Amino acid sequence: MKNSTVRGLALIVVVAGFYFAIRRHAVLTGVGGRGISALAPDFSLPDLTGQELDLSSYRGKVVLLDFWATWCDSCRDEIPHFVELQNKYGDQGLQIIGVSMDDGPEPVREFYQRFKMNYPVVMGNAKIGELYGGVLGLPIAFLIGRDGRITAKHIGATDISVLEKEIVRQLRDKTESRSPGS
Amino acid sequence: MSLPIKFRPILLFFILGTVATALTFVALAYQASLIPSSRLINPDELVKILQSAKGEKPLMIQVGSHVLYTQAHIPGSEYIGPGSSESGLQSLRKRVESLPRKTFIVLYCGCCPWNHCPNVKPADDALHAMGFTNVKVLYIPGNFGMDWVEKGYPVAKGD
Repeated sequence: MKNSTVRGLALIVVVAGFYFAIRRHAVLTGVGGRGISALAPDFSLPDLTGQELDLSSYRGKVVLLDFWATWCDSCRDEIPHFVELQNKYGDQGLQIIGVSMDDGPEPVREFYQRFKMNYPVVMGNAKIGELYGGVLGLPIAFLIGRDGRITAKHIGATDISVLEKEIVRQLRDKTESRSPGS
Repeated sequence: MSLPIKFRPILLFFILGTVATALTFVALAYQASLIPSSRLINPDELVKILQSAKGEKPLMIQVGSHVLYTQAHIPGSEYIGPGSSESGLQSLRKRVESLPRKTFIVLYCGCCPWNHCPNVKPADDALHAMGFTNVKVLYIPGNFGMDWVEKGYPVAKGD
């Protein structure tokens, strides 16, 4: 192998190493983790337009509930992927809902416009954080099945390909008519 | 003057390597990983200090999100505003400006994994720029939930 080829490969390894070093690792809590299979706690919170958003009104859809903040860089990195997922799977029953943990709505409104977000965002508070087991680090995303049950919880930056597979699996699950209490 | 062709791959390697390194430093510029380890304090060390009957107790300041602080914070710590915002840094400067520069101060956040926390490094830099010499930053590798609350360390809620 030519020296230049070896050097080129070495360079790729170095650059890739830097890239992965600065990416935050994601911690995936799979089925069986805390909160998985539990009914997603219902909430009603104002969205950025001031209208109340009730989680229960999305029953029958697959909901990705994303706790995030504008100052959280890993959260920001995920937003374009979520916009894409909403575009791709919205008509199949996916509904992404953002819960901003910013201290006020102004930076969120600006961010919403700038990133052309296509799903509702509500302003979170400590109460909803506690309802979901304590949102004491961001981002945290909950995937909620059509029956309203939490099927996955992702702490930290999420591997979008993993998340997409989970979403597709949930979208294929037509058990939305199953009683939430069963 | 042109470079002999056999040296061009080497030159390319160094140019790209330099660019990659520079970009990495830019990306890490605000990150907590640039805080020297001598300025860090681990959760268990802090708990020992807080629980000890002797010794100076630190002024503990949370420099992250108020919503996260309200859910859980270190008892006795104060919320000051995110260190990533100018308003948060102004509040921090105002809070400490009258204090002796040897005051033992512990900054913490825990919003995000250590390498991605946007808040602690600007806050640490601000205190050092003011001449504070006894500042420690609480090392929270994952987040406050995983590395403090779930470890069973003391927690308070509310404002």
